[in-house]
Amino acid sequence: MSGTFVGMPAFPEAARDAVRDTTLRGNLRHATHTIRAKRAKAVAELEDWARLREAGRQIKDRTLRRLDHYLVQLEEAVTAAGGTVHWAADADEANRIVAGLVRATGEREVVKVKSMATQEIGLNEALAAEGIAAYETDLAELIVQLGDDRPSHILVPAIHRNRGEIRDIFARTMSEWGRPAPDGLTDTPAELAEAARLHLREKFLRAKVGISGANFMVAETGTLVVVESEGNGRMCLTLPETLISVVGIEKLVPTWRDLEVFLQTLPRSSTAERMNPYTSMWTGTRDGLTGEGDGPRAFHLVLLDNGRSDTLADEVGRQALRCIRCSACLNVCPVYERAGGHAYGSVYPGPIGAILSPQLRGTASEIDASLPYASSLCGACYDVCPVAIDIPEVLVHLRERVVQGGPVTRRGAKVTLRPAKGHAAERAAMRAAAFAFTRPGTLAAGQRLAARTRRFHPRRLPGPGRAWSDSRELPKVPAEPFRDWWLRTRGGKDAEK
Amino acid sequence: MSSRDVILNRVRRALSGTPAVEESVDRTYLVEHGSRSTEETVDLLAENLADYRAIVHRADADGLAQLLRRLLSERGARSVLVPPGLDASWLETAGDLARVADRAELTPQELDAVDSVVTGCAVAIAETGTIVLDGSPDQGRRRITLVPDHHICVVRVPGQVVSSVPQALRRLDPGRPLTWISGPSATSDIELDRVEGVHGPRTLEVVLLSEGGSARLA
Amino acid sequence: MRVALFLTCVNDTLYPDTGRAVVKLLERLGVDVDFPAGQTCCGQAHYNTGYRHRAEPLARHFAEVFAGYDAVVTPSGSCGAMVRELYPRMGARARAEGRGTSLTSALAPVVPKTYELTEFLVDVLGVTDVDAYYPHRVTYHPTCHGLRSLGLGERPTRLLAQVKGLDLVELPGADECCGFGGTFSVKNPDVSAAMGLDKVRAAESTGAGVLCAADNSCLMHIGGTLARLDSAMRPVHLAEILASTEEEQLV
Repeated sequence: MSGTFVGMPAFPEAARDAVRDTTLRGNLRHATHTIRAKRAKAVAELEDWARLREAGRQIKDRTLRRLDHYLVQLEEAVTAAGGTVHWAADADEANRIVAGLVRATGEREVVKVKSMATQEIGLNEALAAEGIAAYETDLAELIVQLGDDRPSHILVPAIHRNRGEIRDIFARTMSEWGRPAPDGLTDTPAELAEAARLHLREKFLRAKVGISGANFMVAETGTLVVVESEGNGRMCLTLPETLISVVGIEKLVPTWRDLEVFLQTLPRSSTAERMNPYTSMWTGTRDGLTGEGDGPRAFHLVLLDNGRSDTLADEVGRQALRCIRCSACLNVCPVYERAGGHAYGSVYPGPIGAILSPQLRGTASEIDASLPYASSLCGACYDVCPVAIDIPEVLVHLRERVVQGGPVTRRGAKVTLRPAKGHAAERAAMRAAAFAFTRPGTLAAGQRLAARTRRFHPRRLPGPGRAWSDSRELPKVPAEPFRDWWLRTRGGKDAEK
Repeated sequence: MSSRDVILNRVRRALSGTPAVEESVDRTYLVEHGSRSTEETVDLLAENLADYRAIVHRADADGLAQLLRRLLSERGARSVLVPPGLDASWLETAGDLARVADRAELTPQELDAVDSVVTGCAVAIAETGTIVLDGSPDQGRRRITLVPDHHICVVRVPGQVVSSVPQALRRLDPGRPLTWISGPSATSDIELDRVEGVHGPRTLEVVLLSEGGSARLA
Repeated sequence: MRVALFLTCVNDTLYPDTGRAVVKLLERLGVDVDFPAGQTCCGQAHYNTGYRHRAEPLARHFAEVFAGYDAVVTPSGSCGAMVRELYPRMGARARAEGRGTSLTSALAPVVPKTYELTEFLVDVLGVTDVDAYYPHRVTYHPTCHGLRSLGLGERPTRLLAQVKGLDLVELPGADECCGFGGTFSVKNPDVSAAMGLDKVRAAESTGAGVLCAADNSCLMHIGGTLARLDSAMRPVHLAEILASTEEEQLV
């Protein structure tokens, strides 16, 4: 993934600062609670939500089960409609392909629709290295780009910024990138949206190359689908002469009809709308099957693997590839709400990021090894997921991978991971506990010892125990454990056991 | 080995331990939500369009040209884009308004100088308050309903109205460029609260045109 | 019906009052409850921290200890969920790892007969009025595994609503996690503490004197936070409220 995130500290350290940042906490609390209530209402409008969710899960699982077949089918359909399909095994290759395509047009700037895949591969940085300026056109991406910031949410990458901060960023930096912010810009959202409209309009109207991702690709027809709100997507998809779409290989659905499920579940899950303002669907180019003079003359589809096929090899973890990037799991997550998106050290924050990043990138780095633990396993994410990804199940599975090691697939090859360093003391404790817990006598002896020494227990613990006692009192150990009370008062009753 | 083969081989190896049986999809979800008369479906469309800040009007064939003239004049439009196949009678009485015929040579900047656009539509979805354009001659190229700041879309009711997303997909041809529009452009990017009016037309007016001359809807 | 109390290792060691309350309550309702002394721990902490293989012998031990009973009752949503939701999954994983069906068949018998306390009361015994008396203002926190894994739904509040003298007030943001999360509470102490603090503030805003939940692990975290803040609010397990009567008030 993007070099921006190399060297990130582990999640607990990164989260510590976020928890203490009261502005950030306020921004995140306000935004996530606003959308939470709206989503619940939008979902409640559909009495068949549970069935739509299950159908979405099944469609995605069916796609993944025959992914090779559908990819080939998609390639044929896109090619037949006048598009060109490229295959990129990793981020570097995808960046090379896109940079080469842009260079071939002779252009030095591109307009971009918000796309997680291009964020993931660090496309903007790669293009900049080639002397090509990439302009983000989604409002939140624009805020991040102008603020020289990192995205912190899948749907709303600038969720960590409030309106006042956005105003300041616009007023300060728009002039460096193009049309300056209007004088006397206030922090009302309508004025901020207007400022973005004016700033980006000149870029849209002169753009010759557009870059996008896609929410869905339909294998049987070769149709790509982009779901958006602002119209920046439509601008980038229809005005330029060349359109390059970088899409993860898991974004497929087999049939046109399958869209009837996701076009109902995605808008309600992400922006809590019955339907998002704009959805664009296109199949190839005007040289293929479609209308006269409508849209780009050249269409390139870059199919991106970058760890997805490795994820597919894991029977438990592969369900993460069902994700349709709605971000409902972020909005309900109590950990995300307090730690913020940056703590996840990835363009994919929140619960889905905690299972996606360690699979796409592996668990070798400190941040990736800490992500599976960035959850209290409360299950709110699984409840709202429109494709029923059991995120807690995958989190626990990845914890196992971190502490136990075992077989994984990296870049297509099966390798055996060693248990992660730094868990040795925990492993020993777990081993000791498992020993005691299979021997009731040992457990009882330990409980009695704790009870007898209870007057000497400190209120605060030293060393690793401080993690608890810095913020919480320890429970008081009772005079006798329950089992001794039972033995004392009802001793004869189950003497045979 | 090409990257295509690398990726396809990785995918095949990743799936090698997985049974090849194709999981079936249970499509017992609803084709539409609730049961409504035709009239109620049109009313729901109007209600949901308005809920997302589209301005909804109703007209019959006799009153359409007059209504369009009024809407364009109230808007202060001096020019209006006309897709090639738009019923010529719709803008007949539009007076001294400059009619700009869409041509492939029009640059985006030229489109940007036009005040309004009037189109038909392919299908409208009541449950979601959505109109869908498919690039047919009465709707034109995708860009003409994008760059001008004012879009008037005429929906023939009840003929072009369906209840639900599944019904709409069945009517649409995936080979055509499709644009689904639900209200004017909007954003939720500032504090996850919806604000209307960003890059697409900031004013969307929808005219529900009752078919069959005087057969007025309630 | 032979009914066993699976108290859980946390309750056995730290919260024997909860165990005594369950026994008192069930006996009052005419249930002959047994406490098999061989019981230890369901293995949840191991499993959830990534030590599934270490949890397997604990699960087998659980299945052996409770084999002879018709019903196993536990006053813990998370340990109940471990048995009901995760034991079958452990068996399936062992099978997927080529270790056959022995774990699945060893665990299968105890899975369907394990009940969280409120499920046992409402579904098995068919009671919601347990003749309890508890003259306090109480707010109820539905713990995550009880709420989402087991789907306890209205059961706990239906029981509380029938308690004489009890004034039940709604907890704002009730379905939000308290931040305990087992080893999460020490692996991510800052986030965990922040969640705990928010939960405590929400509870205090209700004006209740008692914060009730059906899981002492969460109450240990919430209670530890309350105590650190010198709050007057007390954390009390649901079983202790339901066990309390006019003649014998437990708390």
